Amino acid sequence: MNNDRLLSVKELTKIFRVGSLLFKKDLIAVNKVSFDIANQEIFTLAGESGSGKSTFARMLLGLIKPTYGNILYKGIDITKIKSAKEWLWFTKEVQPIFQDPFETFSPLNRVDTYLYDTAFNYGIAKRKEDVYKVVEEKLNAVGLSLKDIQGRYPHELSGGQLQRVSVARALITEPSLLVADEPVSMIDASLRMSVVNLFKDLKERFGLSVLYITHDLATAYYISDRIGVMLRGNIVELGPVEKVLNEPLHPYTQILKQSIPDPDPESRWEEDIQLSAFDIKEFTMAGCKFSNRCPFVMDICREKEPHNILKDERTVKCHLYSQSL
Amino acid sequence: MSEQIVTVRNLKAYYLMESYGIERRVYAVDNVSFEICKGEILGIAGESGCGKTTLVKVLLGIIKPPLFVMGGEVRYAAGDGKNILTLREEEIKGMRWKIMSYIPQGSMSVLNPLRKIKDTFQDFMEAHQPDIDRTSFNNIIKEHLLSLGLPLEVLNLYPHQLSGGMRQRVTIALSTIFKPEVIFADEPTTALDVVVQRGVLQLLQKIQKQSNNTLVIIGHDMSIHARITDRIAIMYAGKIIEMGDTRDIFSIPLHPYTRYLINSLPRIGDKSYKTSIPGTPPSLTDPPTGCRFHPRCPKTIYICSKEEPPLIEIKDGHKVACFKVSNGGEN
Repeated sequence: MNNDRLLSVKELTKIFRVGSLLFKKDLIAVNKVSFDIANQEIFTLAGESGSGKSTFARMLLGLIKPTYGNILYKGIDITKIKSAKEWLWFTKEVQPIFQDPFETFSPLNRVDTYLYDTAFNYGIAKRKEDVYKVVEEKLNAVGLSLKDIQGRYPHELSGGQLQRVSVARALITEPSLLVADEPVSMIDASLRMSVVNLFKDLKERFGLSVLYITHDLATAYYISDRIGVMLRGNIVELGPVEKVLNEPLHPYTQILKQSIPDPDPESRWEEDIQLSAFDIKEFTMAGCKFSNRCPFVMDICREKEPHNILKDERTVKCHLYSQSL
Repeated sequence: MSEQIVTVRNLKAYYLMESYGIERRVYAVDNVSFEICKGEILGIAGESGCGKTTLVKVLLGIIKPPLFVMGGEVRYAAGDGKNILTLREEEIKGMRWKIMSYIPQGSMSVLNPLRKIKDTFQDFMEAHQPDIDRTSFNNIIKEHLLSLGLPLEVLNLYPHQLSGGMRQRVTIALSTIFKPEVIFADEPTTALDVVVQRGVLQLLQKIQKQSNNTLVIIGHDMSIHARITDRIAIMYAGKIIEMGDTRDIFSIPLHPYTRYLINSLPRIGDKSYKTSIPGTPPSLTDPPTGCRFHPRCPKTIYICSKEEPPLIEIKDGHKVACFKVSNGGEN
């Protein structure tokens, strides 16, 4: 895995300043996150809302600058890119797919215009016939054809179709990595699988890598190779998806797994769950960020931040496992 | 079957729109009949745009143009069995929140961002129970929050200071403060992540157990219905196509659409290939003839495109609208 590394993130950190002018507080939205994505791999970043996964995606896409840390894409540190030429290359290589397809596309524009514009702006095709050819080819890759969507407005398509159009748009620049931030959470459960299967298909047919950001562990299990579970800016457990989700080690991953509504009327939740009432408090507290809600909390958890511990093919950030070593 | 608390008969609710002299009709709820029993958790499932939300609007008596009720009746046992579609607005207002209550989807747009939670609660109570004084208000509010296990400190905070899950739970507390008989929750957990979703659903269950009222959950996610509902009604294009006990629906789904819905759900520990339902949801302005699912159905027979299948009881309250099943086919 070391040789075919596509993306490697090292100690990436983002600190936001919150509060008024006099009472400033540092909010560490992403705290020393490190991981790699290999070629032809689907990597899931999972976590609840407010865990810093979208902040991470925005840093990766270059929309906000990290406070410190490096993002190496094909060996080039993208946080240090200065020239427009290199930047164009990077935006071609890494393409985003956003959460709500009805917000991605303007309701007043026809959806196909986005596809032509992308092809023109990146200089993929110079002449009109070539543009149609490229667009048709990419739409075919996502199971649509140009005549299905030509001249259509967003409201005329279903959420699943529209999301597939936005994947087709992303494919036009021939990227190697797709950053999909909650791509299916706004889509009906009945159409969700059509988009999820598409990512799997793109990986196998075109060798694409996908960073799949989600809170839906069931689809994450279904498509991804490796998973990183995020909690309040930290990756608390990282490893192969089968290992992490079948036998979770970190107490937070265990709770996440139990909370997935399994589509089986025979299994129901027994015990009540602890929820955090105030997001900000958890971000700024010392020690392990999960210590307020953790069922196995110890004294050390409230004082010291746990280290990454290698155990059973994965890294876990929890004091429970540091003692057993 | 236990006591019926709400009865819906042949309900038809359409959106009528006119532009440039051309009338358009959206058949959002078309000839729907069912009943809600006392003390149960009923799930209403279906894709977006199948008429679930319109159905709930009509059940709550919120009927404003362009939505028109074209026929049918809705009776609440607690409202002296009157057809609420014939009542005046003031009479329905008296029933709302006390007999039927509603938990909306986006909690951020419900709570006033400029007022503390406490003030929102007080405004709400003053508007609906003007005869109680302020101190007893406060006591009722505190008692209600404590019984639901929510921290009292939220009362002195503004909505933006709460996490999304807490906001949704405060909204739930607000809409159940008068101990309503029937609570309608429209997609209560969409846009929440799994842990918070579980917290919200467990709160709803708790309320239902504590005051033994009836809960109606509307949502497109079948796995939530599997977890907490007692009975499910599946809607497709403005019609109920299957209805029955949750366990029956999941163990022997009869309608092809229901079978698709259940089989497309991914599970942890299962990497086998899952597919979505082929095709796209039909337009409600021009629904397909006959069975509305027939253009997407893999098992369609000649009669499906000609006639509309009636909702027929197959076994112990398990009803289905499908010719393949009702004709005694192997389904």
